[in-house]
Amino acid sequence: MAVMGKAKEAGLPLMKLVKLRGMPILQQLHLEERLLRTSSDNWCLINDGTNSPAIVMGLSGKLSELVEAKPVLRDCIPIIRRFTGGGTVVVDHDTIFVTLICNKDAVPNVQPFPRSIMSWSGLLYSEVFEGLADFHLRENDYVFGDRKFGGNAQSITKNRWIHHTSFLWNYEVKNMCYLKLPAKAPQYRLTRSHMDFICRMKEYLPRSEFIERTIKALGSQFSVKSISLESIDFSSVSEYVHTTKLLTEQEIQETCTIQT
Amino acid sequence: MGVESDEWKSVEREEEKRGEMMACRQLWASRAASYLRISVFHRSFSHVVKDLKYADSHEWVKVEGNSATVGITDHAQDHLGDVVYVELPEVGATVTQGDSFGAVESVKATSDINSPVSGKVIEVNEELNSSPALVNSSPYKDGWIIKVDLSDSGELNNLMDSEKYSKFCEEEDSH
Repeated sequence: MAVMGKAKEAGLPLMKLVKLRGMPILQQLHLEERLLRTSSDNWCLINDGTNSPAIVMGLSGKLSELVEAKPVLRDCIPIIRRFTGGGTVVVDHDTIFVTLICNKDAVPNVQPFPRSIMSWSGLLYSEVFEGLADFHLRENDYVFGDRKFGGNAQSITKNRWIHHTSFLWNYEVKNMCYLKLPAKAPQYRLTRSHMDFICRMKEYLPRSEFIERTIKALGSQFSVKSISLESIDFSSVSEYVHTTKLLTEQEIQETCTIQT
Repeated sequence: MGVESDEWKSVEREEEKRGEMMACRQLWASRAASYLRISVFHRSFSHVVKDLKYADSHEWVKVEGNSATVGITDHAQDHLGDVVYVELPEVGATVTQGDSFGAVESVKATSDINSPVSGKVIEVNEELNSSPALVNSSPYKDGWIIKVDLSDSGELNNLMDSEKYSKFCEEEDSH
């Protein structure tokens, strides 16, 4: 996609866009963490579905409190602890991921703190869904009405931040059996079960239209330039130690023992 | 004894009162926000302690001889929200002025904690493992994060005093 001429003329900061499809979520998170920590560019990554189901917990998530270990082991579902905060999700080919990595100076009206970044993202996605659905940022979730369809998490460094979202394009009901009801839930959830709390994006707009609208909304604040994954140069970066980790089978087995 | 002691007693009283006020205010604000379906922004006046030094990434340092105690400021804890987890470094780790040594997790976000000084970590606040909310309720006292043996006390000249830091926070919040 060409650089958007008008945006460039306005002197907007450059944002590199990488469109992916089916990238494994562990690989995606490793890429994100590396870009946050070792790059000085602004990035938007869009992964249109991950290749196979996985459970992704936030940095401090306690396995025994968040995940039903027995069905996870039975079905060989990998569990990943990611480098950002927030809750636990089950992701698969029907999850769309949108990740924004920004220098704090690129969005000077946004303070590098969670609420400010979250609020800014809410305005961005209001533009994406304008005229299509009753979209809101509700506490820290994206909702249509009072049903969640997008979950968010962030990591903030001295001069940069990442805000990434997993959007529920569609989901399989059986996947919900892997997750416990979290002890800490948003107030607007009330006592609703997973099925009554979440909704499917596919009921509101086509997949490709969501992606195109997101890129267009970014274009009002950034000069968006599409690049390929292969062109990302990590040659100048020495071995990077990730915080994002795949949990071992032993760790999950130990949790299973605690839970039975 | 004297001024320093009186100031720290004042800090204690201030932090106790703030803890109670925060709880009441947050409960009311959260209920109102939930009813109105809006986000809550806590824009309280941030407390700054006079004899500390401050980094522009919102950490404070209290120097005693060649040792220093480090934490995050009231401004930082207020803007972060409820802290649910603190990632602490190992005792013996080296810290460098301006570089990350740990992280705090508040709702949905992990945020780096950057060291305002260089040196070696001699103690970490283990209480934060079971009570991370101390960072919110007592950012300058019980919510301290690490203690460091300084390797270069000259670096303190790179930091802000309380007055300069207060103005810095006001400017940031005005954007």
